[in-house]
Amino acid sequence: MTDIVGGPEAQFRAFLKQGRFMIQRSRSTGKHVYYPRVAVPGSGETDLEWVPAAGTGTVYATTTNRTREGNTNLAIIELDEGPRMMSRVEGVPAETVKIGQRVKARIAVEDAAEIILFEVLA
Amino acid sequence: MTHPIRGKTAVVGIGTFGCGEAPGWSSIELMCQSAVLALADAGIPLHEVDGVFAATATHAFPTMSVAEYLGVKPRYFDGTNVGGSSFEQHMLNAALALDAGLCNVALICYGSNQRTASGKLVPLSEPQPFETPYKPRMPMNAYALAASRHMHQYGTTREQLAEVAVAARAWANLNPEAFMHGKPLSVADVMKSRLISDPLTVLDCCLVTDGGAACVMVRADRAKDCAQTPAYLLGAAGANWHRTISMMPDLTVTACAESGPRAFAMAGMTQADVDLVMLYDAFTINPILFLEDLGFCPKGEGGRFVSGGRIAPGGELAVNTNGGGLSCVHPGMYGMYLIVEAVRQLRGQAGARQVKDCDVALLNGNGGTLSSQITALLGTAATL
Repeated sequence: MTDIVGGPEAQFRAFLKQGRFMIQRSRSTGKHVYYPRVAVPGSGETDLEWVPAAGTGTVYATTTNRTREGNTNLAIIELDEGPRMMSRVEGVPAETVKIGQRVKARIAVEDAAEIILFEVLA
Repeated sequence: MTHPIRGKTAVVGIGTFGCGEAPGWSSIELMCQSAVLALADAGIPLHEVDGVFAATATHAFPTMSVAEYLGVKPRYFDGTNVGGSSFEQHMLNAALALDAGLCNVALICYGSNQRTASGKLVPLSEPQPFETPYKPRMPMNAYALAASRHMHQYGTTREQLAEVAVAARAWANLNPEAFMHGKPLSVADVMKSRLISDPLTVLDCCLVTDGGAACVMVRADRAKDCAQTPAYLLGAAGANWHRTISMMPDLTVTACAESGPRAFAMAGMTQADVDLVMLYDAFTINPILFLEDLGFCPKGEGGRFVSGGRIAPGGELAVNTNGGGLSCVHPGMYGMYLIVEAVRQLRGQAGARQVKDCDVALLNGNGGTLSSQITALLGTAATL
């Protein structure tokens, strides 16, 4: 941590660059936070620490972008820790992704930046 | 107890210009031409404008641009930008400023030449660091995600979404000014049109048009003496729960579940008092969500509620009688047109689509990705 400069977003991205999907957790309340922030949204606790995300979650909402280049998924994933995040579910045809499906995160590099994508859990 | 600003101000002038296609017209020209028409409609000379309210997708400082272009020197101005719902917020803010005596004639205006200038919806949004990397196609994907969740949770169907588009088109066919006037549409047409972001087809999405629109507000004491029948502001309230769709607390519940009751309370009214419902229909899922959240049907029942022509001409509830953003006009920030149509209906100037005995209109502006919701109630003198 000490070698990471900047705010919560920069720290999150630095972890990703190291291959680690970390999320924030409030020490006093145990509440998890994504996306990274300076305080827990709504209640304001500032005692946020970084913890490894389980990386597992459930598809909360999903759509398929149908373009001339093909179909791509876009989804909102509810992480097992509670917070939701935008991502894509890959590895299966985009239009077969269903709400309620269990998914697991992986770190990918796209446009020279690390991002978190999801795959369907068998 | 009557709310202190209920009925204290009124919309006394409306104007639109260049709706549909306006080749060769700039956004500021469309906006200010509409403003000139709105002032003429009200019978108020330009030099009396001392309050300016404006928002566009292309002006960093829209109130400065409007003031300079028209050559007015406002002493109160507000460029609040909450997307397509900006103008409902401007109405509320103008009412406060007028009532407090901070200005006497409030001009609210908007203009966009997105169709002829770019051919697509002009986004005004900066990149969102936790969404943009996934390459979402916004705003469409946000509404598709909400629709996917509503279908999953409540069994809403693509046919029910299509009913919203079909009702809008039927109203547009009664409105000669609607961009899609004269082009009939059936549920089957929508169902077989091209899917672009499941479950939404191209016909589930709003139009991309040009257009300017404006309105003029004054205090009720002056409104009585204006050229047109006043539309009094009876209540208005906003609510904002998120910015990006992935942070929306529940994709099936919008913030008008909060703004609606507050607007009704200010007006001292209920759903049963409403003769016309004007909902920001950027996508077919919107009216379904808003009818639920505003209390016109129970949560989850919106799809069934809009079916069978209930919100179409001749149906039980008049919704989006101009044809809406889906079939009338959508230059990017449609909220100004909710006001224009409500005022026309309250005046009895809506021609073939006129709602009988229209005394109360509810407007629900939507901004961002179901983010900002501003609900307002306008009424005739009979409601005071």
